[in-house]
Amino acid sequence: MILLALIPILIQFLEMPVFYTEMFCRIMILALAAMSLDLILGFGGMVSFGHAVYLGIGAYTVGIFSYYGIDNGFIQFPVTLLVCAAFALVIGMMSLRTSGVYFIMITLAFAQMVYFLGISLEEFGGDDGMPAYRSTFGGLIDLYDPLSFYYFVFAMLLAVLYLCHRIIHSRFGMVLQGCKSNEARMQALGFPTYRYKLAAFIISGMICGIAGALFANWNEFVSPAAMHWTRSGDLLIMVILGGMGTLFGPVLGTVLFLLLEEYLPEWMDALLFPGAGEHWMGVLGPLLILLVLFARGGVHSLLGRLSLRHG
Amino acid sequence: MAEVLLKTEELTKSFGGLVAIQELSMEVEAGEIHAVIGPNGAGKTTLIAQLSGSLKPDSGRILFENRDITHVPEYRRSALGLARSFQITSVLKNFSALDNVALAVQAHAGHSFRFWSKARKAQELREPALEILEKIGLTDRMDMPASSLSHGEQRQLELAMALATRPKLLLLDEPMAGMGVEESQKMVELLQDLKGTHTLVLIEHDMDAVFALADRITVLVYGESIACDTPENIRSNPEVRKAYLGDGEAITEIEEV
Repeated sequence: MILLALIPILIQFLEMPVFYTEMFCRIMILALAAMSLDLILGFGGMVSFGHAVYLGIGAYTVGIFSYYGIDNGFIQFPVTLLVCAAFALVIGMMSLRTSGVYFIMITLAFAQMVYFLGISLEEFGGDDGMPAYRSTFGGLIDLYDPLSFYYFVFAMLLAVLYLCHRIIHSRFGMVLQGCKSNEARMQALGFPTYRYKLAAFIISGMICGIAGALFANWNEFVSPAAMHWTRSGDLLIMVILGGMGTLFGPVLGTVLFLLLEEYLPEWMDALLFPGAGEHWMGVLGPLLILLVLFARGGVHSLLGRLSLRHG
Repeated sequence: MAEVLLKTEELTKSFGGLVAIQELSMEVEAGEIHAVIGPNGAGKTTLIAQLSGSLKPDSGRILFENRDITHVPEYRRSALGLARSFQITSVLKNFSALDNVALAVQAHAGHSFRFWSKARKAQELREPALEILEKIGLTDRMDMPASSLSHGEQRQLELAMALATRPKLLLLDEPMAGMGVEESQKMVELLQDLKGTHTLVLIEHDMDAVFALADRITVLVYGESIACDTPENIRSNPEVRKAYLGDGEAITEIEEV
């Protein structure tokens, strides 16, 4: 975390291009999304295969406001929260009546519905998407300045990390984790588990919506691609890679996944043969399988074990 | 006669063609230990599941404190004062023993839509939980994850969780299942201590335990109650003996005690 705080300074110090600051912004934004997924996946045991839908909804909220000339972030962000909460409420109410594979399929189905809705919005660019301006905050912070933007995102990440930390250890968090562990038991104890799971689902959707709003700002562009089902899959991979049910796991997983996405092709081109980089997924896949087989807790637990051995 | 706490009226439940519970009418009086015995497949667990609310009956009624709770969902029955333990140990395995009981306390300490303050620091949850663990005798194991407790200890934890919900009626589904002699003995003592303060419906295969504990026994065969009486009368009941005839072990068990 301290490392993340220092990255822009490091980049400036080493006189590296601004591109790297921007790249880490993207990593942090998607880490936010991964964290929101981990809240329901790792702590609540709900495997949502359509979580990118909130990324898209958040992004479109900012995009549509921007289209109509409203750039004020103090309007955009709260509305994003509300819209995402509403979507999560509807999607959650229906999908939480199911569990297991059905839950996975129904969340995916809803995400696909919203995805195609995005494509059908001709007014807002349809398939091609549309440009979006960065949010303004009444002159308090200039998001066009890479450094300001970086620390804005960083502050959001910190805030959400702390929020999740509090939630996980609160009464609500205990109930959520209990539902993951043994839902039948929780019901017998007297917990209306459906309500608690739904609340978690909504909170998670709202956090992911913030990530979406930031993503639109980062990209200065909004398109349905943000909520394609492969994006939902990426989020799942990030969480599993980093370590489900841990606070920092998703952040680690996102950093690892996106850095691999960025550099693995280059390395493969250099090490194997030119053009090998196109098949970087072919390396990531087995890596993920190995990790799931031999390090259930993801990178987070691997690091934990290493530090134990040295400590 | 003591006040009737729980009553079923012509309760029926079938799974496909199999009738698990057939027009069962029984009464549980406040303060008694009411054992339900019967051969395998007699519908004992199905009965508990319907009383606790995890299974809906096909027909008939369930009355708790003269209130019809047939269609009251499980979590709300728990709030009314019904608690259940499971035949197959059902604890939250990755939580510590203390966390398990504290969560049970929390279930009845108002709603849990509290997102900020730390649940593990809440004295109003921890203290009652500690008290119950002390009573059950698990204090020295309270910080162990439930999964690393022995089978017997997990069964005790199960009981502790049920007790933590401050129930008026405890539904215990084979609390001694899979226990050794010593552990069973301890459980019998624990249940004996509850006598007078709690009303218990006890399903148990361990006949020693049943005859040591029960005030009244209902005998269930193929979903029907064939007798409901004091342990002495059940022992000498010819119909009960007949029903157990196919089950050689059970009849000797009944004779021995």
